[in-house]
Amino acid sequence: MERRSPAFTIFIYGCALLLAAIILAPIAWLFIMSISPAADLAAKPLRWWPQAADFSRYQTLLSTAENSAGAAFTSSLRNSLEISGMATLAALALAIPAGWAVSRTPAIGWSLSMVIATYMLPPVALAVPLYMGLSHLGLLNNVFGLALVYLTILAPFTTWLMKSGFDSIPREIEAAAMIDGAGLFQTLRIITLPLAAPVMATSALFAVLLAWDEFFYALLFTSDQRAKTLTVAIADLAGGRVSDYGLIATAGVLAALPPVLIGLVMQRALISGLTSGGVKG
Amino acid sequence: MSSTWMTTRAWLLMLPLLVVMVAVIGWPLVDTVGLSFTDAKLVGTGGNYVGFDNYTNMLSSSNFSRTLVTTTLFAVISVAAEMVIGVLAALLLNQQFHGRAILRALMILPWALPTVVNATLWRLIYNPEYGALNAALTQLNLIDAYRSWLGEPGTALTALIVADCWKNFPLVALIALAALQAVPRDITAASLVDGAGPFNRFRFVILPYLAGPLMVALVLRTIEAFKVFDIIWVMTRGGPANSTRTLSILVYQEAFSFQRAGSGASLALIVTLLVTVLAVAYAALVRKTAGSAA
Amino acid sequence: MLKTITKTLVGAVFAGGLLVPHAFAETTLNALFMAQAAYSEADVRAMTDAFTKANPDVKVNLEFVPYEGLHDKTVLAQGSGGGYDVVLFDVIWPAEYATNKVLVDVSSKITDDMKKGVLPGAWTTVQYDGKYYGMPWILDTKYLFYNKDILEKAGIKAPPKTWEELGAQAKIIQDKGLLKTPIAWSWSQAEAAICDYTTLVSAYGGDFLKDGKPDFQNGGGLSALKYMVDSYKSGLTNPNSKEFLEEDVRKVFENGDAAFALNWTYMYNMANDPKDSKVAGKVGVVPAPGVTGISEVSAVNGSMGLGVTAVSKHPDEAWKYIEYMTSQATQNQYAKLSLPIWASSYDDPAVTKGQEQLIAAAKLGLAAMYPRPTTPKYQELSTALQQAIQESLLGQSSPEDALNTAAKNSGL
Repeated sequence: MERRSPAFTIFIYGCALLLAAIILAPIAWLFIMSISPAADLAAKPLRWWPQAADFSRYQTLLSTAENSAGAAFTSSLRNSLEISGMATLAALALAIPAGWAVSRTPAIGWSLSMVIATYMLPPVALAVPLYMGLSHLGLLNNVFGLALVYLTILAPFTTWLMKSGFDSIPREIEAAAMIDGAGLFQTLRIITLPLAAPVMATSALFAVLLAWDEFFYALLFTSDQRAKTLTVAIADLAGGRVSDYGLIATAGVLAALPPVLIGLVMQRALISGLTSGGVKG
Repeated sequence: MSSTWMTTRAWLLMLPLLVVMVAVIGWPLVDTVGLSFTDAKLVGTGGNYVGFDNYTNMLSSSNFSRTLVTTTLFAVISVAAEMVIGVLAALLLNQQFHGRAILRALMILPWALPTVVNATLWRLIYNPEYGALNAALTQLNLIDAYRSWLGEPGTALTALIVADCWKNFPLVALIALAALQAVPRDITAASLVDGAGPFNRFRFVILPYLAGPLMVALVLRTIEAFKVFDIIWVMTRGGPANSTRTLSILVYQEAFSFQRAGSGASLALIVTLLVTVLAVAYAALVRKTAGSAA
Repeated sequence: MLKTITKTLVGAVFAGGLLVPHAFAETTLNALFMAQAAYSEADVRAMTDAFTKANPDVKVNLEFVPYEGLHDKTVLAQGSGGGYDVVLFDVIWPAEYATNKVLVDVSSKITDDMKKGVLPGAWTTVQYDGKYYGMPWILDTKYLFYNKDILEKAGIKAPPKTWEELGAQAKIIQDKGLLKTPIAWSWSQAEAAICDYTTLVSAYGGDFLKDGKPDFQNGGGLSALKYMVDSYKSGLTNPNSKEFLEEDVRKVFENGDAAFALNWTYMYNMANDPKDSKVAGKVGVVPAPGVTGISEVSAVNGSMGLGVTAVSKHPDEAWKYIEYMTSQATQNQYAKLSLPIWASSYDDPAVTKGQEQLIAAAKLGLAAMYPRPTTPKYQELSTALQQAIQESLLGQSSPEDALNTAAKNSGL
């Protein structure tokens, strides 16, 4: 380690403080807005700190009284949970066999490349036929329909991550089990999958984050509480009759909470997932 | 076990994924190609065959060229800024200082924030009458009157880019940081002994380790920036005076607001083609970088 | 690790499933409303609750979207089998909705009592080609609101009668240092800007279309845009108006940051509510002014109607719901944020009490309502005009050039 001059140390700490401020200020402000009285938020000069913390908006949004604004918000929260849950489970179900196959049989790797290349397609290029197709199947404004569409966004990523995970599990272990007389599926179940569990967890979390974030398809393919997701609900709230900016901020905090918690808890796994994709390019 | 069986088995395991992808992406894509040669409306009849009319109309419209420029500006500037700020942040986080672990953990926050929440948050910050940005700049005496950040063509796109950049630079930083930590200590030490200056050390010793991972981040971010929809939809809807209207917003308008599915499809395919060209060019670049870094 | 995650996910999905409210009602209607001007979300929910109490076999799910999303949501829901049964639609859409068969023709359900009782101007909201596509529900136009307090401090005796006078009074307020930019408009790149523009077009006696071809680039249409640009450039108009929607205008006005504001009916009672507004009790309202020698007052037809969609599986119940929502009793009960469509309501003390000034302005304003053009391609025309307005305001192009370009791009 090189010895640092005091000036350089001060410089480092200065930069670190700046970076922390850049990262934290907007997020802190989102939270402060959510608990500030509406009058404070419209004050000039702006009041940066609420005179009294006001958590009533959280109550408003999380109330489930029938036919209320809260019910509309909680139903979108529920839809987001259902859709990202279903899409993630399905994406893993597709990714595990496919990822293993590509990992053990590189000759078919080009098919995975094709699948991953679909990421380049702008959603607008698929939206019209998808809209017509879902309409035909009666899956518009339906959580299953949206989950099906999300599946195609999540599956390429999860398959890629699973493949990387299986790559790091030596084939020899599987071969040894097979010699002992275990069939393929038995081997996978007893040997490979437990070893790949951490990767599966990372993939699942990635998938949840991706699904939770999606907006465009949800905007087009859902129309009301039966399927509308959180992202659309927030965009509606922000674009509509907003006498109270704090309410929008509250919705933002609530929608951000699950992914932010996942991000903080799973930080290491997420970064290694990201870079494993990155380093191998 | 024969290798034919191995391959067959692999295909069988791959099959469910392929079926879903072909059904939900492949078929619509083919259908979009078909639609793009018709004057179909969104709801109702299939429309009549109109040949390349949709394409020629679109490519020659001033809306398209202007939107293409806006999209390119958005993508190039935001991705470049994310790369530079991201790498600088990573270099900082690679130094030793108290609180480094916490700061590194915080970096994940903007990235984890849903895009729509990020857009909403920044729209509130930029609010011309009651926004935090105007308040902060005025109280610091940096501006003397409140400004309309999202209402002036000169600042609206920049304001969007800042919001996009804030959310995405931490990802670049984290990827770069992971790569930096893979740089062997003795190499940096050796370069110090050789008397290399900080800039040269970065350029010749560290950058080669970063090049690969950064290229991948660059490709992904550029493609995403080119497809951008959410953040613009929430913050400006393409205004003021269409100065922030990107290609995806234009396609939405054409296909869904005006219900001209046919010409919307042609425009969407033009966008797809552009992104593909971009990706292929990048892929070649990635291969070249990987080659030179190895 | 994985097990817990899977469990959590599965748990989340199931827990979600259990939360779904169980509907015992025989018929469920889905209705689309907007979260913008006129009746508040709370009002609509209360009206609907009263309806379902009276009709326990019907359940109504309400969906609120921003005005900006109302048209697209309605159109997009056409493809979904269980889409909306009842939709709120703006006066500018019946042509498109009728042409594309979004709404059903309800001419046979309009009774003589309705025809006699509802103000004639309101019917234009739901008619196209001589047929009825719903019931008018929101009868609205843009009024000129003013802050009595600020006008008094500036020594101004009466609110402006002409647009020219509006500028002169704003100048006095600005010169006296009462406000930097006294006038607030909703000139964001959205339909809201078209409504302000239309108000001015009506003041200047312009025409949107002549023989089906654009004519707004000439005469009154051009003068209207020139007025907007002059007002913007003179600094009398709040420059942030170019990113305001109606709600922003209301917020600025309620905060006492505007002396004059153009907005819909709903602002009157909201700005007079001391709970949210700093200008409660100081709110004045008059019809939007006229232009000397051309018009006394000006007004845009910003009315909206409720219609039954073509995909509705319960058109009869849907119509029953619409009848209830548009009935005189319901409208009289909720007459604070939106005024009734029924002529006799305007002389009913229960409706007029406490908002006499608004009713007086409404009698003049509603009579002068000027329509935006009726064409199935309205969305394209409006988009082109929005761009023209913003480009002129921002000085990117002259009003003449901008409107000529809009005429070319209008799709007409």
